[in-house]
Amino acid sequence: MTLRDKTADDSSRSWVRAVLYDATIRGWVFQGLVLIFLVLFSAWVIHNTAANLRAANIPFGFDFLNMRAGFDISQKPINYTLDSSHAQAFKVGLINTIILSALGIVFATIIGFVVGISRLSGNWLLARAATVYVETLRNVPLLLQLLFWYKAVLSVLPGPRQGYMLPFATNLSNRGLTMPRPIPGAGFDIVLWIVPVAVVLAWAVARWARRRQVATGQSFPVFRASLGLIIGLPLVVFLAIGAPLTFEYPELKGFNFVGGMVIHPELTAMLLGISLYTASFIAETVRAGILAVSTGQSEAAFSLGLRPSQTMRLIIVPQAMRVIIPPLTSQYLNLTKNSSLALAIGYPDLVAVFAGSTLNITGHAIEVIAITMAVYLALSLITAALMNWFNSRVALVER
Amino acid sequence: MRSNTFKILLLGAAFVGASAVTASAGTLDEIKAKGFVQCGVNGTGLAGFGAPDDAGNWKGLDVDACRAVAAAVFGDPSKVKFTGLSAKERFTALQSKEIDMLARNSTNTMSRDTQLGITFTGTNYYDGQGFMVKKSLGVSSAKDLNGASVCVQSGTTTELNLADYFKSNGMTFNAVVFEKQEEADAAYDSGRCDAYTTDASGLYSIRLKMTNPDDSLVLPEIISKEPLGPAVRQGDDQWESIVRWTHYAMLIAEEFGVTQANVDEMKTSENPEVQRLLGVGEGVDFGTPVGLSKEWAYNVIKGVGNYGESFERNVGEGSPLKIARGLNALWSKGGLQYAPPIR
Repeated sequence: MTLRDKTADDSSRSWVRAVLYDATIRGWVFQGLVLIFLVLFSAWVIHNTAANLRAANIPFGFDFLNMRAGFDISQKPINYTLDSSHAQAFKVGLINTIILSALGIVFATIIGFVVGISRLSGNWLLARAATVYVETLRNVPLLLQLLFWYKAVLSVLPGPRQGYMLPFATNLSNRGLTMPRPIPGAGFDIVLWIVPVAVVLAWAVARWARRRQVATGQSFPVFRASLGLIIGLPLVVFLAIGAPLTFEYPELKGFNFVGGMVIHPELTAMLLGISLYTASFIAETVRAGILAVSTGQSEAAFSLGLRPSQTMRLIIVPQAMRVIIPPLTSQYLNLTKNSSLALAIGYPDLVAVFAGSTLNITGHAIEVIAITMAVYLALSLITAALMNWFNSRVALVER
Repeated sequence: MRSNTFKILLLGAAFVGASAVTASAGTLDEIKAKGFVQCGVNGTGLAGFGAPDDAGNWKGLDVDACRAVAAAVFGDPSKVKFTGLSAKERFTALQSKEIDMLARNSTNTMSRDTQLGITFTGTNYYDGQGFMVKKSLGVSSAKDLNGASVCVQSGTTTELNLADYFKSNGMTFNAVVFEKQEEADAAYDSGRCDAYTTDASGLYSIRLKMTNPDDSLVLPEIISKEPLGPAVRQGDDQWESIVRWTHYAMLIAEEFGVTQANVDEMKTSENPEVQRLLGVGEGVDFGTPVGLSKEWAYNVIKGVGNYGESFERNVGEGSPLKIARGLNALWSKGGLQYAPPIR
């Protein structure tokens, strides 16, 4: 009797013990608790914000996006007039941010790779110059650099009437770089359609060349061939259909140039500042990546008879990229977020236009800031996703 | 992230995090409990309206509006603390109770009065928007500005008036928009823009800051109405009345010749208007019903002087700006400044 009781007691206790100490069950329970807490917390935040705004007589909602904006934006990549809505102003700001970030990423990458490789150069002067560049630019706050470049750009350049005339009816003054605007004529869209065709052809050539090399060992100048295809084919078509492209030339009327296209000094200063700053970090990343590949790799490549350029392209870079890409992604994200400093020098990016003018005119601070934060989050996540995809493409396949 | 955006976030967070509060009733009690008035003024420094002087003391017409309210509440114009705000932060700071009142050369407009949960209590400066251009352009009227690049500060009524003016006159322009006034000043000074626009009162003080003030001139056109005045949160009628009547008291004092210097003598005045203003006589008490003392207006005038004195000291003949009274003269002298009677 006593014995059986004891066994029953034991088995029930061990059941409780099994549940308590089971890693899977415990994991579910804790994750569930955290999830419930998060849901309750967000509900409380939303409810409380709404209640407080109501109590303070501040209307909440997104209807203001359809209201007339009524302010001008200096750089308008898409159609925007004084009668456009705040939603349209938002799009202009967003596109301006994307233009700045995309160009900044391209320039920062090019400069960063050049400087990073230069730091490893055997040329004493080049290596030291690269070191000075990196140490100076990455240690001065970006905002100061932007203000410096803006001031520098503006003070170097003369007024529009005294501007420098450059080839192709281009003019450089403190109002910006003014140039002719291309106006596509009839049939120009055919040329645009040829471009993806050329890209597909180039891809096919690359594929064929790779197969042939695997089979026969003969190499083929893939890069030059692709470049020729992608540029040459549309060009031939363009000329064949009679070059349907005219230009609208900028003219000096009154105070400023009218017509044509213009790159404002704000964009120039932003690009200079943000690219040179981010490039100093990218240079260090590149240097670290190249140093991470052991010298045995290049020695082995040379002993197999590969030329130095092939060694760099086929042996060193693929292995270095493995180390470079994750921190490079972080730099791209930083650059995108740093582009919000643009409002300090009057470049109309998302923060200046939407979280600046729109916020002030409508007074919907919480909505505007929430949208702006969501946009930067989305931009960063997209950049990170693209870079992760690229990383998995170039990652070393261990065999 | 920009510090200003960050501040806005913090202010916004006040709505998110604060436990649900009843509307802003009881501002006066809160102020009396903490012992000072928290007043939002121009943080970027607008000479004559709100800017710290060389010794770090806040000076200006708006600053006087704050000090006058402190004098009405505490009998001491120094019981005020100032929060310097950018154009972008000002209304959020008021909404989130960061400040008790806003006196930051802010234009009273319908949307601000009705959609932001704030109320303008009056007009302490009737302003209008103007243009400043480089003399070398040979422009004598704003109507000649077709095609010009114009430097302007973002988030202001100025930015919108500028667009309206060019549109209604069938002219084109290119706005170069800066967040801070100094940034816009510097860009205009470097030749980035042909013209600079802001409230006319500001143009004169900004012109003095240019490398060569004589190279620029202010055009005659005034293109907008800019009634600048203090604002408070909606929903606290008592506090709103106090801020409104503090301004009126300064106007009435000027109207009847009561100044900071003679306010004590004026206590013996036989004029019933002056007696009601200064709370002299049996049963003459307009302060207590609104939560102040009997001598609230006496304290205001003793503390900061009447409106005319404050005007001359900060923006008029006694200041580097030398702005004429113009629209800001009393109604009895051809201006717009008019106070209802204390009765």
